[in-house]
Amino acid sequence: MQLTGSLFSDAAAQEGNVFATFPDYPAEIRAPQGTVAGVSGYQVHIGSKPIHTSGDLADVLVAMNPASLKSNLKWTKKGGIIIVDTDAFNDKGFERAGYAKDPLESGELDGYRVIRAPITNLVRESVKDLGVDHKVAGKSRNMFALGMLYYLFNINMETTMSFFEKKFRSNPLIVEANRRVLTAGYDYADTIEVISNTFNVAPAPLNTGTYRNLTGNQATAWGFMAAAEKAGRQIFLGSYPITPATEILQELSYHKQFGVKVFQAEDEIAGITSAIGASYTGSIAVTTTSGPGLSLKSEAIGLAVMTELPLVIVDVQRGGPSTGLPTKSEQSDLLQALYGRNGEAPVIIIAAQSSGDCFYAAFEATKLSLEHMTPVILLTDGYLANGSEMFRIPSMKDMPAIHPPIAQANDPDYKPYLRDEEKLRRQWAVPGTEGLRHRVGGLEKWDITGHVSHDPLNHQRMCELREEKVNRVANFIPKQEVVGPEENDLLVVSWGGTRGVILEAVQQMQAEGKKVSMMHLRHIYPLPLNVEEILGRYKKIIVCELNLGQLVKYLKINFPQYKYHQLNKIQGLPFMVKELVDACNALLED
Amino acid sequence: MEGQIKTQPVQLTKDDFVSDQMVKWCPGCGDHAILHSVEKVFPELGIPKENFVVVSGIGCSSRFPYYMNTYGIHGIHGRAAAIASGVKISNPELSVWMITGDGDCMAIGGNHFIHVLRRNLDINILLFNNKIYGLTKGQYSPTTPMGSVTKTSPQGTIEHPFNPGELVIGAQGTFFARVLDTNPKMMTDIFMDAARHKGTSLVEVLQNCVIFNNKVHDLITNKATKDDNTIILEEGKPMIFGKDNDKGIRLNGLALEVVRLGENGITEKDLLVHDPDHSDTGIQMMIAGMTPPAFPMALGVIRRVKQVTYEVLLENQIAHARETSPIKNMDDLLRSGNTWSVE
Repeated sequence: MQLTGSLFSDAAAQEGNVFATFPDYPAEIRAPQGTVAGVSGYQVHIGSKPIHTSGDLADVLVAMNPASLKSNLKWTKKGGIIIVDTDAFNDKGFERAGYAKDPLESGELDGYRVIRAPITNLVRESVKDLGVDHKVAGKSRNMFALGMLYYLFNINMETTMSFFEKKFRSNPLIVEANRRVLTAGYDYADTIEVISNTFNVAPAPLNTGTYRNLTGNQATAWGFMAAAEKAGRQIFLGSYPITPATEILQELSYHKQFGVKVFQAEDEIAGITSAIGASYTGSIAVTTTSGPGLSLKSEAIGLAVMTELPLVIVDVQRGGPSTGLPTKSEQSDLLQALYGRNGEAPVIIIAAQSSGDCFYAAFEATKLSLEHMTPVILLTDGYLANGSEMFRIPSMKDMPAIHPPIAQANDPDYKPYLRDEEKLRRQWAVPGTEGLRHRVGGLEKWDITGHVSHDPLNHQRMCELREEKVNRVANFIPKQEVVGPEENDLLVVSWGGTRGVILEAVQQMQAEGKKVSMMHLRHIYPLPLNVEEILGRYKKIIVCELNLGQLVKYLKINFPQYKYHQLNKIQGLPFMVKELVDACNALLED
Repeated sequence: MEGQIKTQPVQLTKDDFVSDQMVKWCPGCGDHAILHSVEKVFPELGIPKENFVVVSGIGCSSRFPYYMNTYGIHGIHGRAAAIASGVKISNPELSVWMITGDGDCMAIGGNHFIHVLRRNLDINILLFNNKIYGLTKGQYSPTTPMGSVTKTSPQGTIEHPFNPGELVIGAQGTFFARVLDTNPKMMTDIFMDAARHKGTSLVEVLQNCVIFNNKVHDLITNKATKDDNTIILEEGKPMIFGKDNDKGIRLNGLALEVVRLGENGITEKDLLVHDPDHSDTGIQMMIAGMTPPAFPMALGVIRRVKQVTYEVLLENQIAHARETSPIKNMDDLLRSGNTWSVE
């Protein structure tokens, strides 16, 4: 089902549409088929004007069995089209899905346009003379539905046809079977009279350039590789597989042609500590994880803070606490990223704001980490990681340069903890370089020399220096931007992966003449220098987050002079435009 | 070959590695002797002094990097093996040494320990085994003999101790040796062997903690009893030991046994001949497991087998990918696969 979804978005993009996707799949790899828990879904939103989310409610639902109807009907627009495979709507299917009676007959679909297609049988029929077995035929059921969708949305099938040819190169029979099934689905939809009108999504006006489909996790991996190319240093990734971050580890494993070194560690702690060893040795060090893994890495992040080595820690947030909701998205690791360590251990925090932005966020995280000699936590989330969007391909010559402070061989003035005045960073002296032998470690350091020290005043000084070093990063990040008027009745404040849906809601309200502006934070620590001043220009502030209120706590600590309203959702699901609009309207009318 | 340490004639002395920092181990601690042996070995290896990296975790032994004038990382508890792995993978030309203790290595760091061994990175691990937690002042460790009274086992420990050699061999380690901190000559020789081994080498140094576990190794270190309770292994030689060189180790069926030469017609020819290079681990495992007083403690190189290292395999994969991939840079990658243009 995940493949079907991405084929659809690719094909739609070729038509000039823009898209945003939201794969939704169970935590279990082979959750019992036919049960509600086992439903694997893929939401695609395509548009002829720029879109920023995978959409609230669907115009078309394809339900391959009763369970997927049961779990997704609530996300379908009243009056929308529901395509069902009637061959899977039998007593066994009803029982597994927990339906007491046939939902197609019970009246609960009144008000929807239901297309009943005997997909399983039609698929078998269309490939019967090819001599493929039932299993293969069964696997291509989704392609029949995809063919129907292509008809419905007026999308050319060629992109998908050439995908079959590439994917199943070694097995022409499978290529032919899939071609036939896809075409059969298209023709079926064309033939049956029940589809009275088709959707015609016109090409969207986009900036000129070359585009591609990229998931957030892929974009994160590519952002690191782009930074490595700009910095002229190799990447070392130490990581342990964890949902929903694993694809970054997988993606980087496929790029040894760039000298990328991927170490699949024995656990989360080995992932980060091996990366710290690699960072000391001069590599661009990265470790990737999700919430529970970030907890395990806490002590080691402290070591990177103390040794003042560059390191990027990616946390692809998921539902928590504990194992929580591994395949669902949430924004509940913000406070852990800010404060989840022993001692005074500040790190830079950046939150990616769209699937495509993961590329730029990973690039910037690496640049700041290398140029300021400090760990950076990059927060993405399951929604961004698995979702994809149209990604406008940049040219590497337009990406900013990266200049880590490498210490020069035999520099007579080299001292391990000597800092530059502007950034307060120390130099990076790489093993193998003559004349720079030195030790680092987790014990407190004497200022400048880096020798072990338990001196009370030195400890205070070093804690202050490490904090000031990270605070000064605020001088090297862009000023905070606001969408909408600079003074207004209401400011919507948000951060990270919710940008798309919040932008859509705010633009909708603005179009209705509502006095709403939006401030979406990408740099969390340090905050851009003008955030405090922006907050003061609005009559009301509402902070919208997929947690119980973490950014709002942080804002209250930093800027206690303002009153903050909150909208918090913690259901493992993204915001819907309507929820945001309703909450804002309530405040505006209050 | 890519991924191997390049040695070159460099004239170095012990003084090149002696640190200017005050050594803060207790007077009489076995660690001092180990430090001196390492300082003797480094200049002999033909490796530039900038190419050594000494990595440790937490514990008395783990202060070691501060006392060597090399590049070094004093890490966090138990994680030295993972940090060292990152250093070695990042730059295979470095000579990486990891210093650890029985608690750091086999309790909190047990997981990393077995995995570094099975991966066979070319890292030299010196495990200081004093069978006690020293830095936290006297709690039992994973190697403390069962029944020992310590600060956390007032009625005696009820845990079965690890034998490091058995763990190393069980984890497919390619090099295991055991030495005493009271024998500097042997330490130096064995550290040289370990350094020359291409792959993870583990040397267990039976080390005395004068404060919290004094004389734990007394039976095998004091003059009166050591000869009858230790055996110095020599490659290709029959396994003979004892004050009068009159005892030996024989394989009887599936088990080892101590025999007396001359008794019941037993001659040297009946004894086991030590073969550290044998790929089969069976007999080496039994030798590593020999414990006094029933058996003599085996000292010297117990296992040393050739096997390609992790970093060599990795560098080969990278070289192959560089050669064969049509994607040479990020611009290529960004434009690979399905793309579409908007004009």
